[in-house]
Amino acid sequence: MAETFEEISPADFFYRNRDIAGFTNPARAIFSSVRELVENALDASDLAGVPPEIYIRVSYEGESGPEAAIYKLMVKDNGSGVPARHIPSAFGQVLFGSKFKLRQTRGTFGLGGKMAILYGQITTHKPAYVTSSKGTSKIHTYKLMIDIQRNRPIILDRKIQANHEQWRGTVVEFYLEGDYFRAMPKILEYLKQTAVVTPYANITFVDPKGRLYKFNRVVTKMPPPPRETLPHPHGVDVETIQRLTRITECRNMLDFMQKHFHRVNENIADRFLKFVETMEIIQEIEQKLTKAEMGPGKEALIQEIKQRLIETKAPEEAEPVIKEVERKLAEAGIPEAETLIQLIRQKLINAPQSFKYKNPSKLKPHEIVKLVQGMKKFEEFRPPASSCLSPLGEELLKIGILKELRPEFVAVCQREPSSYSGHPFIVEVGIAYGGEIPRKNDFVLYRFANRIPLLYDEASDVSWKAIKSINWRRYKITSDMPIAIITHICSTKVPYKTVGKEFISDRPEVNREILNGLREAGRQLKRFLSKQEYIEKEKKRLTVFSKYLPKIAQFSTELAEKEKPPDIEKLLRSVKTLEEGD
Amino acid sequence: MKREIKSSAMERKREVLTNLRGLGVRLYGQMEEGVFPWIKMPSRSIENIFYSPELRQYVLGEKTVRRSARNIRHIRPFTQLVWGAYFAHELARNKKTSTLRDVYYSAQAYDIPFKDQPESNSIITDLETVAGFAREDFNVFPEERSAIFGDLTIEYTVPGYEGKQLNLTSHPDGVLIGPALTSAEFVKTSADKVIAIEKGGLFTRFIEEEVHKRFNALLVLTAGQAPRATRHFIHRLNKELSLPVHVFTDGDPWGMHIAMVIISGSANAAHLRELTTPDAKWSGVWATDIVDYKLPSDDLTEVDVKRLYELQRDPRYEGELWQREIKTFLRIRKKAEQEAFSRYGLTYIVDEYLPAKLEAAS
Repeated sequence: MAETFEEISPADFFYRNRDIAGFTNPARAIFSSVRELVENALDASDLAGVPPEIYIRVSYEGESGPEAAIYKLMVKDNGSGVPARHIPSAFGQVLFGSKFKLRQTRGTFGLGGKMAILYGQITTHKPAYVTSSKGTSKIHTYKLMIDIQRNRPIILDRKIQANHEQWRGTVVEFYLEGDYFRAMPKILEYLKQTAVVTPYANITFVDPKGRLYKFNRVVTKMPPPPRETLPHPHGVDVETIQRLTRITECRNMLDFMQKHFHRVNENIADRFLKFVETMEIIQEIEQKLTKAEMGPGKEALIQEIKQRLIETKAPEEAEPVIKEVERKLAEAGIPEAETLIQLIRQKLINAPQSFKYKNPSKLKPHEIVKLVQGMKKFEEFRPPASSCLSPLGEELLKIGILKELRPEFVAVCQREPSSYSGHPFIVEVGIAYGGEIPRKNDFVLYRFANRIPLLYDEASDVSWKAIKSINWRRYKITSDMPIAIITHICSTKVPYKTVGKEFISDRPEVNREILNGLREAGRQLKRFLSKQEYIEKEKKRLTVFSKYLPKIAQFSTELAEKEKPPDIEKLLRSVKTLEEGD
Repeated sequence: MKREIKSSAMERKREVLTNLRGLGVRLYGQMEEGVFPWIKMPSRSIENIFYSPELRQYVLGEKTVRRSARNIRHIRPFTQLVWGAYFAHELARNKKTSTLRDVYYSAQAYDIPFKDQPESNSIITDLETVAGFAREDFNVFPEERSAIFGDLTIEYTVPGYEGKQLNLTSHPDGVLIGPALTSAEFVKTSADKVIAIEKGGLFTRFIEEEVHKRFNALLVLTAGQAPRATRHFIHRLNKELSLPVHVFTDGDPWGMHIAMVIISGSANAAHLRELTTPDAKWSGVWATDIVDYKLPSDDLTEVDVKRLYELQRDPRYEGELWQREIKTFLRIRKKAEQEAFSRYGLTYIVDEYLPAKLEAAS
């Protein structure tokens, strides 16, 4: 029996696998649609550098089966706007504009609202409307559908209006099947939590019953927008290199490394390529030396040989280096030193063409694999710079928490930048106490990644693990106190555990930063609680004195058969002043 | 037989009032000087209780405690104490009496809450320590059970009865030793001794058999362990009327100790005086009586034996008689009740035993 193979387009793929993108059922679908479009809108404002004005409307359009109805979803922003010629592709073609640069963005899939529009089209067979302007003299409106099999936008209609008011932004409007009333709690929770990490945004939401929810801006200061950055060599895979070699204009590997990777200069590129060339020899030497019976100088010797080999730039420099290595090996009494030297000679002098002069576009598959292996092993790449990241910052995080959660006290902590597998990240943590924070049997956890709330699979998240591993008693904190914990990780690549992208995996680097952040915030809260406790105790003290001292005075007066009680005001005052002086 | 009687009840009441007023004046003065009121009193902790061979009772040592209203932990009990003094003063001034239970509830009227009865009891004990008077002197009495019968004429000082006299033979059940009797003045008596009896049955038998006449005695029913008011009353009978005191109890370690508390007092009352009658005599039932009179007896229990060993080491039991009797108990391992004499007939105890014991005592 012959199997039939067919190629499917990305749109088709997502159509068939919509579960993983969060469109499992009508309730989840409408939640995901709102979420995708809101995140798109916020990203657009970040890019434009203006405090976001987001308007969301869900309106009822008719029945559709027992558990779902047809709704119209409209999301409007004041962001950068989409250039007219890109509108059809940006909203009607899945995986449009594959980038080789990285940026901290909100969208969970890089699909933006396309998945939502695709879902809407599947369930209602109605087109989507996209209106956008970059603040120029024109406003463009497209009526679109997606050709799912070919992954192409179909432009049904197109209008151009004059933009007299220099409006800038994007409006997306489409129909979809959903179950708003089951999704409502999640949508409201999502918007509320979004407001926590976006205190500089005005978010307005009108639901199908005409109810208005407003999350008001309380600050106009915005965090600096995230900047695009090149991938770090530690974080790339074979596929990425392959694609890069196809599009690159570089003619040799030395340029290639500098042009397409994060924080790679000529010196590092040169050393790295040499490292890749000599990797096998070094490995072999290491193996041999590891087996050899040698004193404590072994590690140092391996390091030295490594350095020597990498620093040898031209074949003519090689001979003295080989002599030197030979002598060292002989001194150490390594068997098979002869074979090793042969190998080294071959690589350094007889190499047909040094790696660094190779044309990237002509790399053979095994060479690409070797390159990627080398990237993982080479320890001299500089750590990824975090300057491309856009954390919220302690001030804004505090403002956001105070605004939406209304606690009595909040402690925040932004950790120093760190990285995992070549991806920079920054962890921010907040602990809110008292006020309107509910008192439950456990802490309330709010998780954020790249400034979007994560609402599902909380128990599996690295944040819970970190919270559970802390001995909170040390901070005078118990789980029955009204406490909310806020964790935010921003990164060019958030380490989600699953395709669902709802929880963050337990990377030791991430776990450590969250732990340290929680500890620091915990210490702040402890100081606050201690102070509270002290004030409380003082109040009680004063109450005790002012309750009992007058009675002592009264009864003593009666006993002593005096006319009027003694003056105890001075004594009461002294209690107060004494304590202040303590 | 008549003699001049030096009575103390009224005088003592005046002393109590003066003492309490003095406390008020002291505290008032401290506050007027801008000082947090404070008091100093002997410590009642176990390591400050000593047996005084001279006084033949437990006394408190040199250690004192200072309570100050400046101390957050002291101010509440301090206030309670001052209130207690005020309340006692009011009782004494108005010639009213009260009980420990009553004190506990009365406090609530003054917004002086006690968290429980033991707390209020302990404050009254503090007051006793500070003032050096027993709570009965502050007119705070326990529930009464003990009684007296015999030819003693008293004159009441309680409101409504001032000047009224009563002869204590006037009721065949005896007269309750309560607040009114305790505060009464002694007028006259023909008795020349006091016989204290542990049990009600024997007390009634003695009255029936006219022991008071035949032996010229005042009969006091202690009803088990004598209440402090009764101990003080016996003390007064001994001191003011110069009457020797004989104590009859069951022949077991517990009866023996009832006699001892009347004689030498208890450690709990180490802060108080005039509750003891050191010259009183324990007249029986002795362990040696069980042997000599061949009394029907029961075996000592383990608890009895343990108690005997405790008493053997107790400084109050240093005397020859006590040590001899304890040893005899331990040897014969028997105990007998006062009623055991009934095997020889209902009147034997009065006709034979009592005269012999009283004679032996003098």
